[in-house]
Amino acid sequence: MSAIRGLTIGHERDYAGAKLGMWVFLFTELLLFGGMFILYAVYRTTHAEDFHYAAGELNTLVGTMNTIILLTSSLTMALSIAAMQSARKAASIILLLLTIALGIWFMVNKYFEWGAKFEHGLYPNSEVLLQRAKGEILFYGLYFTMTGLHGIHVLIGVVVLGVVAIKMAGRPCDRVAFAGGKNELRGATLALVDDSGRRIWASEPMDDSVGEVSVKVKYLPVQKRIRREDFAFLENAGLYWHLVDIIWIFLFPLFYLVT
Amino acid sequence: MTDHAVASNAASASFLHERSRFPGILSWVFSTDHKRIGILYLALLLSFFVVGMSLGFLMRLELIAPGKQIVGPQTYNAFFTLHGVIMIFLFVIPGLSASFGNFFLPLQIGARDVAFPRLNLLSWWIFVTGACLAVLAMFTGSGPPDTGWTFYAPYSIRSGTNVVLATFAVFVLGFSSILTGLNFITTVHRLRAPGMSWFRMPLFVWGLYATAWTQVLATPIIGINLLLIIAERVFGIGVFDPAKGGDPILYQHLFWIYSHPAVYIMILPAMGAISEIMPVFARRTIFGYKFIAYSSVAIASVGALVWGHHMFVSGQSYAAGTIFSLLTMLVAIPSAVKVFNWVATLYKGSIVLEAPLLFAMSFIFLFTIGGLTGMMLGVLSFDVHVHDTYFVLGHFHYVIFGGMGMAFFAALHYWFPKMFGRMYNKKLANISWAVIFVGFNMLYMPFLVLGWQGMPRRYYDYLPQYQAPHVVSTIGSWILIAGVLMMLHNLARSLSKGERAPANPWGGTTLEWTIASPPPTENFDDIPQVNRGPYDFTGAAST
Repeated sequence: MSAIRGLTIGHERDYAGAKLGMWVFLFTELLLFGGMFILYAVYRTTHAEDFHYAAGELNTLVGTMNTIILLTSSLTMALSIAAMQSARKAASIILLLLTIALGIWFMVNKYFEWGAKFEHGLYPNSEVLLQRAKGEILFYGLYFTMTGLHGIHVLIGVVVLGVVAIKMAGRPCDRVAFAGGKNELRGATLALVDDSGRRIWASEPMDDSVGEVSVKVKYLPVQKRIRREDFAFLENAGLYWHLVDIIWIFLFPLFYLVT
Repeated sequence: MTDHAVASNAASASFLHERSRFPGILSWVFSTDHKRIGILYLALLLSFFVVGMSLGFLMRLELIAPGKQIVGPQTYNAFFTLHGVIMIFLFVIPGLSASFGNFFLPLQIGARDVAFPRLNLLSWWIFVTGACLAVLAMFTGSGPPDTGWTFYAPYSIRSGTNVVLATFAVFVLGFSSILTGLNFITTVHRLRAPGMSWFRMPLFVWGLYATAWTQVLATPIIGINLLLIIAERVFGIGVFDPAKGGDPILYQHLFWIYSHPAVYIMILPAMGAISEIMPVFARRTIFGYKFIAYSSVAIASVGALVWGHHMFVSGQSYAAGTIFSLLTMLVAIPSAVKVFNWVATLYKGSIVLEAPLLFAMSFIFLFTIGGLTGMMLGVLSFDVHVHDTYFVLGHFHYVIFGGMGMAFFAALHYWFPKMFGRMYNKKLANISWAVIFVGFNMLYMPFLVLGWQGMPRRYYDYLPQYQAPHVVSTIGSWILIAGVLMMLHNLARSLSKGERAPANPWGGTTLEWTIASPPPTENFDDIPQVNRGPYDFTGAAST
């Protein structure tokens, strides 16, 4: 079935590289929001009283609920990755779908929360808002922009997680076991084994002079199995989701709890 | 365009003839080969350079005499905005990094491609999208933007022109820049050939690496700033609108937090290319390798903390002004370290005077003028007098065109034979260099004089007393453009008609010269084992 038909040199799937790239991307996201946090810091300093007053109008209950929802979704995300690491695909996908559901729930809450504000005539450039103090105008300007931008990130996250789930669901489970560490190399042999347990190839037993083994394997692309790059994809999607969560952790106290 | 080039042998077919599942031009625009992507960028950048240059030409023509010559004031405002936006965001910022960086980064570190080849293609497509949006912004809506390339609030909120589309275009271009930076960082960390330690990397790679970090860390700030301008215009959120309590100075801060480091995004790869060229044409190792490598990183990091020197007259506190002034002077140190090392590299070298070295040396000369005038502008008391005058304009063009532009031309002449497997007409290249050099100084030296005398920048009209330098400058622009066209003609013609170039026409010692010209699709048959520094000429074959 998924027998390895030989070793060829090909493009290496660089798992560590993929993670590095993702972390660098997360930096850029932090800086994107960082620009807005600077604005928040400045206007909060110059209009402390107005901010205090305006924040009192936000619905702390919904905010708290959303915080709990997002934190829980980060947990299910992490559990999904853990499940995938131990090759329990069904559990992994269910946890992933749960994460998506929590993300959507968060957005539904947001919809009603914003809707209530709009009903009271509180939205950027509204007549009601323009009659208020300048600090309150700024507070709501920042509130809608920052939570809006965050909401867009939640939506992007939901879509990305959905793509991961669909990709994974289409593939039967395949376990890639790894045992390693420098001391375990001594005396060990390196072997390629196919599904039936038959050794396709094996090395000589290794002695102390071997410090590290690197194998480049390119097996024929077998459709419908979870591959290493799927795992990298899942984990990177997870990193993105945690970022979305972390930004909310800062937004929540800054907007809801400053009263 | 390069149909005539023939691969040296069948085993390593040139990337120009890479077999693809797409026919014709599609085999280029859907290729994930870093070399093809590099050439795609190069073609696009040069096209936009010519567009930007034409706008510059028209502006100079308008300014040949006081009063109206060819266009009205509103058109003039659109001209300088578009000239800035096109030159900065579509030529200078992607510049050497997207074009030569894409092509030569993997070759110089001994890799087969960048870390994420598909992402690389995606970032080219995002770049094309951004460029299309920018072009669309000129011809649609309520007229081309007239805010200047800086999009300063509150005018960018009030202007009746097509600012939303233009700022969105710049946002998209920034995203492309981030992805390229991310790709390069990962490539340098993960794909260096065995033995290619950090201090065996060519200095061009060091320049690209420092640039990539700056791209990644600074670009999101302008991204959010431009999104806020859009939100301000569409929803009226008020954060930059004084009428609603917002503070436009904060826009300037966020803008320059990116846009000053962006100057280093422009210049660092250029400095890297110069560091490649100097040792090859002096036939000796580079002087002070580690200092040049570290100074790239130093420029990138200190350069992130000097943005306030654009805002000396904005009303920021004196304390802030003083600190920014001091930090600005600090950047001069690593820059000067580089200049001295390049000059020292020539000392006792066996200098071969070819077009790449001519351009590289004019880079050093012009960049030094740009750098020294930059020091003057970094002094608070002096800046207050010449702020927003032609002096700033002259300084900027000396640094960016004299610096990045000349280095771009130098790199073009240095790597052209490697990229296309053809050699250009060397004599014509030397002549066009001379014409460019003369035209350049004639065009921009009067700027420094005009600024000193008090001529403000971005003005459509001027007093008769300023006319003489303006006329000299306009004539200079004609000479410069003639030189550039001559150079481009020479290169374009050589694509098909040039002599075949050998693998190593200049006697270079970095890895890209060890493979065929043009390089085979997979770059290296076997990933090379590196066991010496990048500019080790001992035992190198002389040419």
